[in-house]
Amino acid sequence: MLVVERHARVYRRTWRGSVISTFANPILYLLAMGLGLGSLVDQGGGSVQLDHDYLTWLAPGLLAAATMMTATGESLYPVMAGMKWNKYYSDALSTPVSTHDLVVGHFGWLTLRVLFTAVVFSGVMVTFGSIGFSRVLLVIPPSVLAGLAFAGPVTAYAARLEKETGLSAVFRFVITPLFLFSGIFFPIEQLPDWMEPIAYATPLWHGVELTRASALGIETALHPAVHIAVMVAFLAVGAAIANRLFHKRLVV
Amino acid sequence: MTEPLVCASNLTKHFGDFVAVDSVDFSVKPGEVFGFLGPNGAGKSSTMKMIGAVSPVTDGALTVFGLDPDQDGPAIRGRLGVVPQDNLLDTELTVFENLFIYGRYFDLPKPVIRDRIDELLDFAQLGERRNDLVEPLSGGMKRRLTIARALINQPDLMLLDEPTTGLDPQARHALWDRLYRLKQQGVTLIITTHYMDEAEQLCDRLVVMDKGKIVAEGSPQELIERYATREVVELRFPIGETPGEDKLDGLAKRIEALPDRTLLYTDNAEQSLLDLNERPLPIESTIVRRATLEDVFLRLTGRTLVD
Ligand SMILES: Nc1ncnc2c1ncn2[C@@H]1O[C@H](COP(=O)(O)OP(=O)(O)OP(=O)(O)O)[C@@H](O)[C@H]1O
Ligand SMILES: [Mg+2]
Repeated sequence: MLVVERHARVYRRTWRGSVISTFANPILYLLAMGLGLGSLVDQGGGSVQLDHDYLTWLAPGLLAAATMMTATGESLYPVMAGMKWNKYYSDALSTPVSTHDLVVGHFGWLTLRVLFTAVVFSGVMVTFGSIGFSRVLLVIPPSVLAGLAFAGPVTAYAARLEKETGLSAVFRFVITPLFLFSGIFFPIEQLPDWMEPIAYATPLWHGVELTRASALGIETALHPAVHIAVMVAFLAVGAAIANRLFHKRLVV
Repeated sequence: MTEPLVCASNLTKHFGDFVAVDSVDFSVKPGEVFGFLGPNGAGKSSTMKMIGAVSPVTDGALTVFGLDPDQDGPAIRGRLGVVPQDNLLDTELTVFENLFIYGRYFDLPKPVIRDRIDELLDFAQLGERRNDLVEPLSGGMKRRLTIARALINQPDLMLLDEPTTGLDPQARHALWDRLYRLKQQGVTLIITTHYMDEAEQLCDRLVVMDKGKIVAEGSPQELIERYATREVVELRFPIGETPGEDKLDGLAKRIEALPDRTLLYTDNAEQSLLDLNERPLPIESTIVRRATLEDVFLRLTGRTLVD
């Protein structure tokens, strides 16, 4: 947990840029997609099919995506920095701190960052009127879990990354496709049949389902326990592999 | 007979197939200043990292404070002050924060750390840079900060890997003074250096390493007596006119031809000079000095002083 303090210190100096984007992103997305695109969808009869107006239906999905983005970014750049650019990992290891503490500190700090993103985003949802006060607290746990489900595997990936080009590749080849095809903008039933099972295998779809169901008070596609279990599994397996890789790379 | 603080037997370190430390034995007593000398790549830093419980031992036995680094790494590291060869400072933090967070890694209470930081910044002469980021500091300043930081937990044993490399003479003397005072307080110091004068001044006992092995061990004085003579005559010749060793035969106990000068190892420099005068040699300059650790180093590790 002492490692979390270090991350907080660094954040104290760099928070301005990241806080602005934490607020600006939900506002921009909800304006463009929820209100702009949403008015078309609603006129075209989309709200009948979705059972809600488009903004209300879309916003929880975007929330889950936002935590995914934060968690992914925070698992790539700081880990790469600790391993290669700044090397503060090796530095900390000359003290009683162990690689396990570094991993715990990383996930601990990341949870706080993801929680912050979720709180800000759902606050913006309230001002847009897409969710009421009574439900807003319910969407925070599933969306934070969605973020952490990404943090696990992405941290493991970053732990063994040698080249910087591998960082943007994650966004290009993993995050962007998931963002588009995980049921955020349209139900995955609209996808060709062969693509649906792919969505089941990714943590984002489970996160979107669970967050949306909590927001709208509707049933989830699968049993909620299944959604939770898939995301917890991604987090747990990813974190365990990351723990091994940290040790392997830093203790030589 | 006190228990040794650090005890290594057949200590070995491999990196893949490469043998960096090859079955070395040594022990460090409490309160002593112990030195590792040796050319680049000899395995000094690798040995220091094993003692520091950050690099696992490949083979052999090692105890630090009577503990096994493999089992009790955090307990050992909690009592160490480590100055690694490359300054591993946290470049995303300021000078103050580097000291503060490092202290927190030792789980020290915040007020205690704050008090110590004031004193340490004073010692490192970095008080004015307190709130600056570490990155733009000069090399010597980073070195001073790294050394100051290693003292934050009031260690029982310090591992100093080339601590004075890159320091100006003033800072070097300030460090020597500090190390001397730490020794007075009973802190044990293990130090590597490429400066022979430093080793001679600071170390009670030292080992010379070469290619992963220990090739000699003793106090600076013992090593000089054993591997060098009392006095050394340094001769310089005009370029290209360095005479063959046969021309110098019989002048001294041992003759060492270096690229830029020739060294005559003798117990009686006066006599050697007299003998020298009788030979028609194109000598450019002559210096007589007492033998130093550098002569020992040259003899043991093969003539060239690599730095
Ligand atoms: N992490 C590593 N992986 C592979 N080889 C290594 C590693 N660390 C050190 N070595 C090798 O081990 C040998 C000994 O290195 P070491 O750093 O211990 O030498 P040294 O005596 O400290 O030298 P110097 O005076 O240059 O600091 C070198 O040949 C080095 O290349
Ligand atoms: Mg070294």
